[in-house]
Amino acid sequence: MTGWHANTVAELSAALHEGSVSSVELTGLYLARIAQHQGALNAFISVTQEAALLQAERADARLRAGERGALIGVPIAHKDIFCTAGERTTCGSRMLANFVSPYDATVVERLRAAGAVMLGKTNMDEFAMGSSSETSYFGPVRNPWDPARVPGGSSGGSAPAATATDTGGSIRQPAALCGVTGLKPTYGRVSRFGMVAFASSLDQGGLLTISAEDAAVLLAAMAGFDERDSTSVELPVPDYTASLAQPLKGLKIGLLHEFFDQGLDPQIEQRIRDALDVLRLEGASLRDVSLPNLPLSVPTYYVVAPAECSSNLARFDGVRYGYRCERPRDLLDLYQRSRGEGFGAEVKRRIMVGTYVLSAGYYDAYYLKAQRVRALISADFARAFHEVDVLIGPTTPTAAFELGAKTGDPVTMYLNDIYTIGANLAGLPAISVPCGFVQGLPVGMQIIGPHFSEPRLLNVAHRYQCESDWHRRAPPGFT
Amino acid sequence: MSLKRSDIENIAMLARLALSESEVPVYLESLSRIMALVGELERADTSAVEPMAHPLPGQRQRLRVDAVTETDQHRLYQRNAPQTQADLYLVPRVIE
Repeated sequence: MTGWHANTVAELSAALHEGSVSSVELTGLYLARIAQHQGALNAFISVTQEAALLQAERADARLRAGERGALIGVPIAHKDIFCTAGERTTCGSRMLANFVSPYDATVVERLRAAGAVMLGKTNMDEFAMGSSSETSYFGPVRNPWDPARVPGGSSGGSAPAATATDTGGSIRQPAALCGVTGLKPTYGRVSRFGMVAFASSLDQGGLLTISAEDAAVLLAAMAGFDERDSTSVELPVPDYTASLAQPLKGLKIGLLHEFFDQGLDPQIEQRIRDALDVLRLEGASLRDVSLPNLPLSVPTYYVVAPAECSSNLARFDGVRYGYRCERPRDLLDLYQRSRGEGFGAEVKRRIMVGTYVLSAGYYDAYYLKAQRVRALISADFARAFHEVDVLIGPTTPTAAFELGAKTGDPVTMYLNDIYTIGANLAGLPAISVPCGFVQGLPVGMQIIGPHFSEPRLLNVAHRYQCESDWHRRAPPGFT
Repeated sequence: MSLKRSDIENIAMLARLALSESEVPVYLESLSRIMALVGELERADTSAVEPMAHPLPGQRQRLRVDAVTETDQHRLYQRNAPQTQADLYLVPRVIE
């Protein structure tokens, strides 16, 4: 019964279908692993043991009845930003510490219908605002490769796969820093219904998995039109697994000039160049591409995202749900203290930045200006995709940093997102795949493609993973 | 441009956030740093550019038919409310 945790979703599914393991056995094993590592990593906010075992029994019954399906009985975890009916959804905040959603997020509903078993809800930066998972009301998450270091902006924990969200890099950055695969789909590809809103023009649900193949299997179950999300696109969902093995011959890769700049750790650059050699041997050609406005993506993001956050988080008023302060003097005091006490420091900072850039006299100078620069960045990407099929660069400028190293200065923390934000601003899909180590810490290679090019991204990532085993490495003590 | 203490207090008021005395200087410093970063946007010539309105080119927000689709589930929703009475949300008295 040992060793199952190292398996991909595809491998687990095969074992479940041939009957060499049951979903109840697997679920029990993962629950035990969560209990074993929770103290050291703090990866979970809630573990939904009873519900998980019930779901696993139901999955086993479906399998016994001869039903087939890639996710039946496979244990997964959800980031605690996805609403789950009857279970707590905290978004890492005191504001929602006791919130039980009356409904399921579309993503949760679809994965449950596909037979996946929910183990629990993973820890995260409060309201998904952060690049280190240190701002959670429930304590920081630690990196399994070195518990003194941060895991990045969300966590897959010990589950074989987890849902996640990406507003400025919150899937790809932790994927890179923890040595797993992280897919942020095209804006509108995955329903945002029931996903607690941070910045609605940037937020997108996606996945943290061991392999690109697993991301393909899970995305197929999650993606698709949802009339309850007004930004959900009405496009058919392709068979993401069908094109995975396609040869890379003729693939044109653009090397993002702006990503190989002075801020990049030279050892990380070397790992990316090694990975590019592998892709070249597979038949891909490389050329340099420049996106001149890309260096402005961080300042653009830190206007647009806080502006949308200040508007979205106005709903937390201490009246209808969420935290309420003790003994309010009057209604204004109730609003101010409920919000002042219910939100953590980083969330308050972003609400204030957003309030400021939207306030009378500053709206044109900051908010509209940022949306204009965003249009320039988006046009840069569109031009690049006339020349190349995908763009490749590092996911992060450094490997995982130590806890507390960047909490003193928000701007230093924000610059971690320098390579990931561009795809969010332009609504593009992007994937981070493990491509080696620097001083024992994982490094991620980022592949960005045109809108709705998920099949191509997964194909490139999968072919790379067929030729490398970085994504199968486990931290010492977690094998 | 530089922010002043009174700017932070004004922003906090607009955002309905109670800040303690000790929080004000902390936010004054960090918001000033963030706005300096944002100031880099001035470098971009955007005179001929329309502000981006949707992350996907050519897409517009879909509208639904103006029809009632929700059923009354206030008991379910009010389970999360801090304080209710007679199916209503309770807040401190507003009109004397």
